[in-house]
Amino acid sequence: MIVYALRRLLGLLPLLVVVLFLAFVFMRTAPGGPFDSERNLSPQIEEALRARYHLDEPVLKQFARYLGDLAHGDLGPSFRYRNRSVGEIIRETAPISLALGLLSIAFALVFGIAAGVVSAARANTGWDHLAMGAAMAGICIPNFVLGPLLVLVFALVLRILPPAGWGSPAHLILPAITLGALRAASIARLTRGSLLEALGEDAIRTARAKGLSERVVVLRHALKLAILPVVSYLGPATAATLSGSVVVERIFLVPGLGTFFVQSALNRDYTVAMGTVLFYSTLLMLLNLAVDLAYRTLDPRVELQ
Amino acid sequence: MRDRAFLPFVLFLVLIAVPVTLALTQSHEPRADFVFDVNSEPETIDPAFLTGQPDLRVALAIFEGLLTRDPKTLAPRPGIADRWAVSDDGLTTTFHLRPARWSNGDPVRASDFAFAWERVLTPANAAPNAEMLYPIAGASAFHKGESQDFAQVGVAAPDDSTLRVTLARPTPYFLDLCAGSAFLPVNPRAVHAHGDDWIRPEHLVVNGPFAIVDWKLRRRIRLRRNPDYWDAAHVHLATADAIFTEQASTAFNLYATGSTDWLDSSGIPPMIRDIVVKRPDCHRSPYLNTYFYRVNVTRPGLSDSRVRQALALAIDKQAIVEHITRSGQIPADHFVPPGLPGYTSPPGPAHDPERARALLAAAGYNGGSGFPPIELFFNTSDEHRPIAEVVQQQWKDVLGIRCELRNQEWKVFLASTRALDYDISRASWIGDYLDPSSFLDIFRAGHANNRTGWADPEYDRILDQAAAERDPDARAALYARAEALLTSEGPIIPIYFYVTLNCYDGSRFAGCEPNLLNLLQLKYVRRAESEVAAAR
Repeated sequence: MIVYALRRLLGLLPLLVVVLFLAFVFMRTAPGGPFDSERNLSPQIEEALRARYHLDEPVLKQFARYLGDLAHGDLGPSFRYRNRSVGEIIRETAPISLALGLLSIAFALVFGIAAGVVSAARANTGWDHLAMGAAMAGICIPNFVLGPLLVLVFALVLRILPPAGWGSPAHLILPAITLGALRAASIARLTRGSLLEALGEDAIRTARAKGLSERVVVLRHALKLAILPVVSYLGPATAATLSGSVVVERIFLVPGLGTFFVQSALNRDYTVAMGTVLFYSTLLMLLNLAVDLAYRTLDPRVELQ
Repeated sequence: MRDRAFLPFVLFLVLIAVPVTLALTQSHEPRADFVFDVNSEPETIDPAFLTGQPDLRVALAIFEGLLTRDPKTLAPRPGIADRWAVSDDGLTTTFHLRPARWSNGDPVRASDFAFAWERVLTPANAAPNAEMLYPIAGASAFHKGESQDFAQVGVAAPDDSTLRVTLARPTPYFLDLCAGSAFLPVNPRAVHAHGDDWIRPEHLVVNGPFAIVDWKLRRRIRLRRNPDYWDAAHVHLATADAIFTEQASTAFNLYATGSTDWLDSSGIPPMIRDIVVKRPDCHRSPYLNTYFYRVNVTRPGLSDSRVRQALALAIDKQAIVEHITRSGQIPADHFVPPGLPGYTSPPGPAHDPERARALLAAAGYNGGSGFPPIELFFNTSDEHRPIAEVVQQQWKDVLGIRCELRNQEWKVFLASTRALDYDISRASWIGDYLDPSSFLDIFRAGHANNRTGWADPEYDRILDQAAAERDPDARAALYARAEALLTSEGPIIPIYFYVTLNCYDGSRFAGCEPNLLNLLQLKYVRRAESEVAAAR
């Protein structure tokens, strides 16, 4: 398994180079450049700027230069934020995005599984309808609607939570819920479905026949069987959450990397865009690898090639 | 399936995620005395390289130039120079510097200004505002690489407290320029030691009212009163935070819940501007900023100045400011915004559908027949589309001209405008200093910001004449002549003049009133008297 993991890791490298190359070429072919602004620079100043950042060289040569720097761990300077390096931007903001992502996944797991268990154990009752109705709403309402709605209720009307910002645990609650709502809803539906299925299995009938309480049957025996789909969902869900925090970060002013992911492309901040592409593609590849390895651990029938 | 299947996963995630996140987000800093929203993260605060309004607001808090500006009227005030004398021919200004110190203990010397200006003008540095220094004798030649010797540039520091500046020709707004960012001094020792990184908070050396405590990406810049500042006794705030919210709705939410004390128009969502503008905490002032359309004169049809006139006359700008922008903007019939000292714009083409139709007919397109369809072009934004829709409708109704709307993402839009790949395109221009030349010069033939293909030797000649004129009235009259030419023959359709809307509670803070350049000078911000009284 370790050999397998190492082989997969090595295989990621050429893939990363391809991703970076495509991103590089797309960025450079998009109209407009980092130094375009409402007020044009004089041609001579612009020329000096382009020379300073080697933009006057052919694209392939620039890419080779980029890879060379990258091999030394240098992601280059930001074009827009003159005194910031890309490495520094990622170091300072990525942990915040990751923390928010993990927190929202934790929220989704706790609430999703709880809601799923309640609806499966009380299938077709009012509780079930309530939980599944909420889950349906969670899936249907996009985060750019949910976020402002939560702000309206909890920050502007009730005034119990800050509307945006970062710096205290209270600042985390609304963004984590907004980001995790969709996942919580999906997990609730997955849990309910597979738990209902599990509750019909022979092993559970045996457990009940042994006279175990319903609580023990559901939580200790059936849930154990029912959780695999949730775990398999967790891989892609984590990846999507970690890389999909852009909207939430903007609404709640979370100082994470997600905003840079989009803004750097819009600003033609070439180096920051490349850095975020590199970061997120590496993250996605590693998460995919982790999911494959987790399958193997959870279900010995899965063969790793 | 193994027993250890899921619980460890959930527990692991919850147990790791929650404490890690909490640890990351804990901050024990008390709230700053004054939290102001500069809208977006400053790109740099290095005086030589900053360009944006957010950059400027922070830079003016930490650096002080020879002169400063009155927070309300913007008239020049003593800064590091406590007095100055202008020679009779208007060419030489001698500044006498007061004793002042940098935050690293160095005295602020006259030569620090010369050093900073050389840094701005050195071609390899590619400083975006280098042209601001062009009024100084020899500056333009040095910047263009025609001379390598900075001694040829009209800046001399005979001793540590005297700076003598010689101009290429009399420049009435030179003192105003001296208060601008391109003229700010920098500490030579810091720049020599750290290169361009001298501006990072850990190396930064300042001479202004505030110093930077730290700068957290996408969060805030924390400023504190600089005890080494010469006038520290008159700096009222002990701490201040500059925050960058980017989104108007987020900015306004933070303001409405008391997390932010001050924001400007960019922090007020367009949808509620007409409501906010009536609130007592919303302070309005004219702004040296014009919303206009560029017309590409190289396009068929649009090359005829009568057609351009007709397009301008057909637009009911009053309707636009009344029904769309709705926060007290002023309809613009000319290009230079009102409010400049000693200058009044000549009246330009006002709303006149009759004359518009007649001009279009005279150009050979009676009732719009035979006129090629045109595109009205703007960057993707909630603000520009509704205006463009009104204009589109009015051109159709009044002139019978068919006009398509086209929006593009900002950088693509800029590239298209620059390449003259448009018919009519939305634009705005903010004055850099209080003089009509800050607006009119951009439509000189071949100017980097002209971007219309328009070139009129007569226009350029009048501007040259105005720049050389020493009598203020005659000078203003020449600029008015140039502006009249620009608005009648020229490549632009002015739409409205912006206003500055600053939101802050006037019973709590003073000294942050809006002004013509939308500057916020932190030095003057103070607790309002009523609150001071209440605290006693």
